[in-house]
Amino acid sequence: MSDLIADKISVAFAGLRALSEVDLKVTSGQIVGLIGPNGAGKTTLVNVMTGFQPATSGSVSLEGQNLSGLKPHELRRRGVARTFQGGRLFRDLAVIDNLEVTGVGLGLSRAAAIAEAEAMLDWVGIAPLANLVAGALPYTDERRVAIGRALMGKPAFVLLDEPAAGMSATEAQDLSSLIRRIAGEMGCGVLLIEHNVGLVLDLCHHVVVLDSGVVIEAGDPATIRSSERVRHAYMGTAADTNLPVLEVME
Amino acid sequence: MGSLLQVLFDALSLGSLYALGALGIALIFGVMRLVNFAHGDVIAACVFALLWPSVDAVAIIFAGNLPWYLLIPFLLAIGAALSVASEIVVFRRFRRANPATMMIASFALGFVIRYFLLMLFSSRPKSISLLPSLSQPVEILGARIPLLQLITIAVTMAVLFGLTTFLRRTRFGLEMRAAAENFTMARMLGVRANRVIMGAFALSGALAAAIALILGSQTGTANIMMGASVMLMAFIATVIGGMGSLAGAVLAGFLLGAIATVMQVILPPDARAFRDAFVYGAVILVLIFRPQGLLSARGTKERV
Repeated sequence: MSDLIADKISVAFAGLRALSEVDLKVTSGQIVGLIGPNGAGKTTLVNVMTGFQPATSGSVSLEGQNLSGLKPHELRRRGVARTFQGGRLFRDLAVIDNLEVTGVGLGLSRAAAIAEAEAMLDWVGIAPLANLVAGALPYTDERRVAIGRALMGKPAFVLLDEPAAGMSATEAQDLSSLIRRIAGEMGCGVLLIEHNVGLVLDLCHHVVVLDSGVVIEAGDPATIRSSERVRHAYMGTAADTNLPVLEVME
Repeated sequence: MGSLLQVLFDALSLGSLYALGALGIALIFGVMRLVNFAHGDVIAACVFALLWPSVDAVAIIFAGNLPWYLLIPFLLAIGAALSVASEIVVFRRFRRANPATMMIASFALGFVIRYFLLMLFSSRPKSISLLPSLSQPVEILGARIPLLQLITIAVTMAVLFGLTTFLRRTRFGLEMRAAAENFTMARMLGVRANRVIMGAFALSGALAAAIALILGSQTGTANIMMGASVMLMAFIATVIGGMGSLAGAVLAGFLLGAIATVMQVILPPDARAFRDAFVYGAVILVLIFRPQGLLSARGTKERV
C-alpha cells in the first residue's frame, strides 16, 4: 500500500488562481474520482501531479518522498503515469509501437518492451489491433491504446484524464470494467477525471469535487450525491442555470 | 525506346540526388523543426574532404586516392561527424528557439562552412577525378546509360531500403519515429532526446556525404558552391513532400527529378535555359492544390 499525495497545491497563471490549496490522496488499489465543472482546474491538478506543470506552492509526494520538481519522465519511471484528453497517441506509429516506445522510454530493452506491449494489448483487450496505425483507430480503441500505453511498466498510479469523453453508454460501461481491473487486478491507484458524473459515482471509492480551483466537497459517492454544494456548483442558482448541466448528465 | 529509357534513367538518377538531399533535411526537421540550410555546405565540405587543403588551381588529392571500400566509409564518417558537430556547437543552443531563428542560425553556419572552405581551397572550381571508372557507359536495350547513373540509383534504393529497415526494426528507429511525430510527447515518455537528435544529425550528414560522392564523381569538379543547388531542390522537395514526412520527401525528390528531366526533353531548345523556372512553376502548382504537401506529417500540425 502506498499513497500519492497532493498537499496544498496552488497554481496561479498570471494572476489567475487556477488551484488554491488543493489536497488529494490516491491510494494503491483504489479509484479516486475528480469531478467539477469546466475550468475547475482538474487537468491542471493532473499536470502538477505528473510533472507537466510546476505548482506555485504545495507539494506532491509518493510514499512520503517529495516529487516536486521532477520531470514527467522521471515521475513516470517512479510509477506515476497518465493519459491525456484526446489520447495524444503517436498517430503515425502502429499501436504496438506506441506501447513499445513507452517501454523503451522506461528503460526496457527492445525485446522486453515488445513482450510487455503485446501482453498489455491483450490485457486491455485490443490484441488484434497491434499492427494497425494508431491514427486510423476509432475513438474507443484509441482510448484503450492510450490506457495501455499508460500502464506499460506497471505504474503504481495512473491518472486518467477524461477517458470516457465522447463514448456511448455501452462503451463507457466497457471502460468502467477496464478501470476496475486496473485497480483490482493490477493494484494500481487510479485517479479518474471525468465529466460523466454517473460513471465516477458508480466506480470510485472516493470522490473529490473541484470548483474554480477549490475543493468544495470530498467523500464517498453517497456524500457527493447528497451534497448541496456540489449540486449548487453544477446547477448554479435558479438565476444562473446556464452551466453545462446536460454535459454533466450525459 | 532507347531514348525513352535514357530519359527514365536521367530522371531516376537526378531524382535520387534530390531524394537523398530531401531526406537529409526532413530527418532533422522531423526531430527539431529545423530547416537546415547548412546541409548544402556540408555536402560541399564532404567533397573537399577528398582534397588536401591548398589554394592552388590544381587539386591535391588526399582521401580521393583511397580505394573505394575505404573512401566511402571515410567520407560518410566525415559527413556524419561534421553534421553532429554542427548540432553540438550551434543548433543545441537553439533547441527552444522558434523555427525562424533556427533557420537563420543554419544560414549562418552554412556561410561559416563555405568561407572556411574558401579560405582553405580558394573559390576556383578544381577538377578532381573521383572513381573515374564509373563514367563509362553501359548499354541497356539500345540506351547508353553511364554506369555512375546506375550506381546512383542503386545506392539510393539501398539507402532508402536500409533507412526504412533501420527506422522500423531498431529501437533507435522507433524512438526517432516517435520523436519526429511529437518530440515533446516522446520526451515525456522518456525517449532520450539528445541521442535521437544526434542520431538524426549523423544520418543526415552521412546522406550529405553520399550526395557528395555522387556529385563529385558526376561533375568531376570540387566547387565550394556545389551543394547549394542540390540543397535548394532538396528543400523544395521536403516542402512539397510535406515538411517532416520522410516518405513524402523521397517521393517529392523523385518527382522533381522527373519534372526537371522531362522539361529538359520537351521544352523547345530556346526555353531550356529557363528549365528551372518551369520546375518551380510546377512546384507552385503543387502548393496551390496541396499546401500541406503531398504526404503531410501530422506532427507539424499538432504538437503538445
